[in-house]
Amino acid sequence: MKRVILQLLSLAGLLLTVVPSAMVLAGSIQWQTHAILMLIGTALWFATAPLWMRGQTASDA
Amino acid sequence: MGKLSSGTVVARLDAINEFDREPVASNRLQGPGNFIGIYSGEHVAGTEFVIGPLFVAHGVTAGDLLGGLLVGNLLAVLSWAFICAPIAVRTRLNLYWKLRKIAGPYLLLIYNLVNALMFCFLAGAMISVAATAVGIPFDINMPGLSDLYPTGAGWVATVLVIGCAVTLLAILGFEKIARFSKLAAPWLLLVFVASALAVLPQLGVGSWSELKEVADTKIWTGAPMEGRVKFTFWHVTFFAWFANMAMHIGMADMTLLRYARKWQYGFASAFGMYLGHFIAWIASGILVALAFQENAEVAPGPIAYMGAGVAGLIAVVLAGWTTANPTIYRAGLAVQTITPNWKRWKVTLVVGLVTSVAALFPALMMRLLDFVALYGLLLMPMGAIIFADFWICPKLGLHQDFAERTGRLFSWPAGLTWLLTLGLCLVLNRWFDIEIFFLGLPGWFIATALYLGFAILQQRRASTELAV
Repeated sequence: MKRVILQLLSLAGLLLTVVPSAMVLAGSIQWQTHAILMLIGTALWFATAPLWMRGQTASDA
Repeated sequence: MGKLSSGTVVARLDAINEFDREPVASNRLQGPGNFIGIYSGEHVAGTEFVIGPLFVAHGVTAGDLLGGLLVGNLLAVLSWAFICAPIAVRTRLNLYWKLRKIAGPYLLLIYNLVNALMFCFLAGAMISVAATAVGIPFDINMPGLSDLYPTGAGWVATVLVIGCAVTLLAILGFEKIARFSKLAAPWLLLVFVASALAVLPQLGVGSWSELKEVADTKIWTGAPMEGRVKFTFWHVTFFAWFANMAMHIGMADMTLLRYARKWQYGFASAFGMYLGHFIAWIASGILVALAFQENAEVAPGPIAYMGAGVAGLIAVVLAGWTTANPTIYRAGLAVQTITPNWKRWKVTLVVGLVTSVAALFPALMMRLLDFVALYGLLLMPMGAIIFADFWICPKLGLHQDFAERTGRLFSWPAGLTWLLTLGLCLVLNRWFDIEIFFLGLPGWFIATALYLGFAILQQRRASTELAV
């Protein structure tokens, strides 16, 4: 369960990284908002992904 | 927390056994996920922020760019899958120990010196790219397109700090590098995509239907910058194919693919090619078009900041790391065969220091296209020799690994093949005006034919001597 939550948070990080740029293109948000959301997404990804990816690497090997 | 003595640290580092000098054991083989991660991380790199803009500067058209990248990257993937990977999984040896059997230790010594130096310079360029991002928030005097030497104390300090961090990660070994690449790869790709999407409105794109017109008129216009050769479909195709010539037909990636359970894992290179050398090159081309329009700086850090703000700067630093790490690792392996009594971590430390010093010179980054083409060409003939020795020699009734089999210290067929191939490529370049990007293809066939011819001569003479 904990792993699933971490993966959902990582996914949210990736979505925050890319979706706002599409919204800039669509004219829904300003570039500055996109840059802030992207930074939050980056922090979320790097804070959560190592915690569940470690287990995945071990199973790959 | 107990104090860790330096002796314990040394003992622990020495215990890291990477099976450098013998075939990889079956319990150390790795699944496809690691290779997808490493190829994605390595080819979605900081240098993509340099290469994409260069296509724009060389005046390629949008159609030629898309067609050339599709075909060239496909050829690169096929080269990894059908030329490099099958030999890597059959021998389970890295390039250097395989070459030692074929070419003998003395020739290997020369090759390794050239190889390690090239890898150091390549990793150095990655560290320079990362430093252009770090320079922005600290207001460091960054190098421009024409700078060849360090631009100040701030630049030197930044490069050395990044160089130390990259070296420490490389010392930790292959699996640590794979883990780091795997972690950064999906996010890095999205940063490239997001950066490009976010600047499209500033280029005049208000809807998807306007994208083609803007691409043709403002990004890939077909008009080269002053002093630049115009790139065609063929330039893009061959550049995409041979951007990693040393790795696939040059066989350097035997070092990574020897860990693959199956040769088909060579196709994992497609993730690096079509994510990094397709999407990322297109994205960075879009970013630099905006930089040109705004008369802004075109270095990797500034254009990434223009597209994604602080996250873009973080991306450039991490993208530089993920490429520099395996490159330093490979250079460490190359040097280790010269210094077999040194542990790998010591060798990697020395290589990392050399790389960091090389990174101080921005010339490496600003002339990256020419450097990449040259280093691939320099190393490629040895890959052709391995291919010929492994697959064709047995079919011709010739012995494989002849230097090892007969105790020779220097294989003259391999040495002469290397020298003559590079000499003939120089002739093709100087007297027949064939640009450096196109030389890999004729060069590979020249090297294969020369080696087989010389090997026949050598082995016939050896058998005659034995008979007498």
